[in-house]
Amino acid sequence: MNGRLRYATIGAALVLLATLPWWVGNSYYINIASQILLFAVFALALNVLVGYAGLVSLGHAGLFAIAGYTAALLLQAGYGHFAADTAAIVVTLAASAIFAVLALRSTGIGFLMITLALGQIVWGIAYRWASLTGGDNGVNVTTRPSPFGISLANAPSFYFASLVVFLLAFATMAVFVRSPFGASLRGTRDQARRMNALGYNVWLIRFVAIVFSGFWTGISGLLFIYYNQFVSPQVSALTASAEVLLMVISGGTATLLGPIAGAIIVVVMKNVVSAYVERWNLVLGLIFIVIITFMPDGLVPGTVRLCRWSWHVIRWNGKPAPAMEKHSPGAPP
Amino acid sequence: MMTQLTSAQAVILAINSFAFGGLLFLLSAGFSLIFGLMRIPNLMHGSFFMLGAYFGVSLLDWGVNFWVAALLSGLAMAVIGGIIERFLLRRLEGQVLPQVLLTLGFAFIIADICLMVWTGDPWQPTAPPSLRGAVQAFGLFFPLYRLAILAVAVAVAIALWIMVDWTRLGAMIRAGVDDPPIARVVGIKVSQLFTLIFCLGAALAAFAGVMGAPFLSVYPGLDFEMLPLALIVVILGGTGSLLGALVGSFLLGFLYNFGQAMFPDLAYVILFLPMLLVLVLRPQGLFGRVVA
Repeated sequence: MNGRLRYATIGAALVLLATLPWWVGNSYYINIASQILLFAVFALALNVLVGYAGLVSLGHAGLFAIAGYTAALLLQAGYGHFAADTAAIVVTLAASAIFAVLALRSTGIGFLMITLALGQIVWGIAYRWASLTGGDNGVNVTTRPSPFGISLANAPSFYFASLVVFLLAFATMAVFVRSPFGASLRGTRDQARRMNALGYNVWLIRFVAIVFSGFWTGISGLLFIYYNQFVSPQVSALTASAEVLLMVISGGTATLLGPIAGAIIVVVMKNVVSAYVERWNLVLGLIFIVIITFMPDGLVPGTVRLCRWSWHVIRWNGKPAPAMEKHSPGAPP
Repeated sequence: MMTQLTSAQAVILAINSFAFGGLLFLLSAGFSLIFGLMRIPNLMHGSFFMLGAYFGVSLLDWGVNFWVAALLSGLAMAVIGGIIERFLLRRLEGQVLPQVLLTLGFAFIIADICLMVWTGDPWQPTAPPSLRGAVQAFGLFFPLYRLAILAVAVAVAIALWIMVDWTRLGAMIRAGVDDPPIARVVGIKVSQLFTLIFCLGAALAAFAGVMGAPFLSVYPGLDFEMLPLALIVVILGGTGSLLGALVGSFLLGFLYNFGQAMFPDLAYVILFLPMLLVLVLRPQGLFGRVVA
């Protein structure tokens, strides 16, 4: 029964996603849906590290920007889409490998700090090396590719392209996480020493995870530059890394749906907030603090807990179950 | 793209490098103590620097004496840092990810508040009147204010060294860091000590911000420009090592100034090269201890 319900939910979600342009209609909202999908790919990629490997990277916007800039600069130089995109992915994989070798000199805080510094290097190149990257002016991407002769110029067609990439990413992640390799990655997160003693090469497992994460980060970077048809140093800034980290954390780490929920929350909020106030960074910071203080395990697990808790409240005729009381999400800790 | 330098230019650059290195030391000494000793990844350290600098700018605007402004700004930041540490960070002890998010959240909030209050235009207060000139020696002019920054940084370095290595407080800090449970057993109030270190680090960063304002000017984005520099200094020098922070700061000061003069496009990137080298060859940092 549970399995059937699950397939029904997945089927319904797929139908909803596949028909989205028809029931949404307005191309502004279709574009937001494309944004959500591309950032969901990015968040899923980062979640491999944050959630499953226990390695928090604050430099992923750097990898995202490397893919975007490589493709944009090659397109500007007159190369075709296929050549530019392939080169961008190869460069991003190489950069991920370099990031991995350097950052894996350490774990925990050290890993985070090194990735932050590496991300800043990319930002420094994008922003200051103006003769190469155009500095603050960024690089324009004049055309979108037409895979199999299908033009991606309008909003619905780009949405479908993003949807295909997103579904591919999601399927790969689902397989990756459930595979023996995914299990060993979780092992290195929880018990690195024991994994080592059992004969696993902890360093190599982490290295592969970082490169895998870098690959999907690069793909989402490519989607991003085709979506915006523009790339600027902004995409490599620490704020960008923090935003995607917020997607992972707010949705709940080490879940497949968490980063997607996080991407929806952050993208929608960013669009809504930006429409009314200029203070997106302030809101972003406040969300971080509120989440850390009240829902430290993320919104999806937090909401699940909230539902369970309310269920208990209902069952106990309005009296909260004693054991659950201290988990009350609204209560000041 | 490389630019050749005359020897007079090189001397001026060297002085700027020492001054900038001094500023970096004031900034990163606190960062090194907080990161190295308390294991807190304080991503708002650059924000302390920037907010402190803005406080100083406003105080100077109201006609407060430069040094008083620097001290007041440091004091204000110590209070703010203390409150954040005591009431929010303390509850997340030992949890790296929440600490990162919390400090990052505050960094964004501080950046946006600064943008609201002090606008996006850069502020550059003047140096105190007594330090505005230059001294002449060996046929060259040495800007007095830059020398003063260096002198202050060296004085702070000596004071910190005496505090950590030669006083009872320092002994308690070292004990609290090496083995918190045992330190608690022998009656050291580790948690209060850590708050004290955090306040001290915040105050030093704000003080450095005010000292640096006439030299670097204060503008939005200064926070996330300074934070990676503090980070590099600590990775270079080794976490928790004051000597490492001092050497790392001056090394970075030289790289920054000479890099900017000789390879303007790549100056910012050059700063990270020694960090990469150290990571590959000596991950514990130049003066770091290997932690078992």
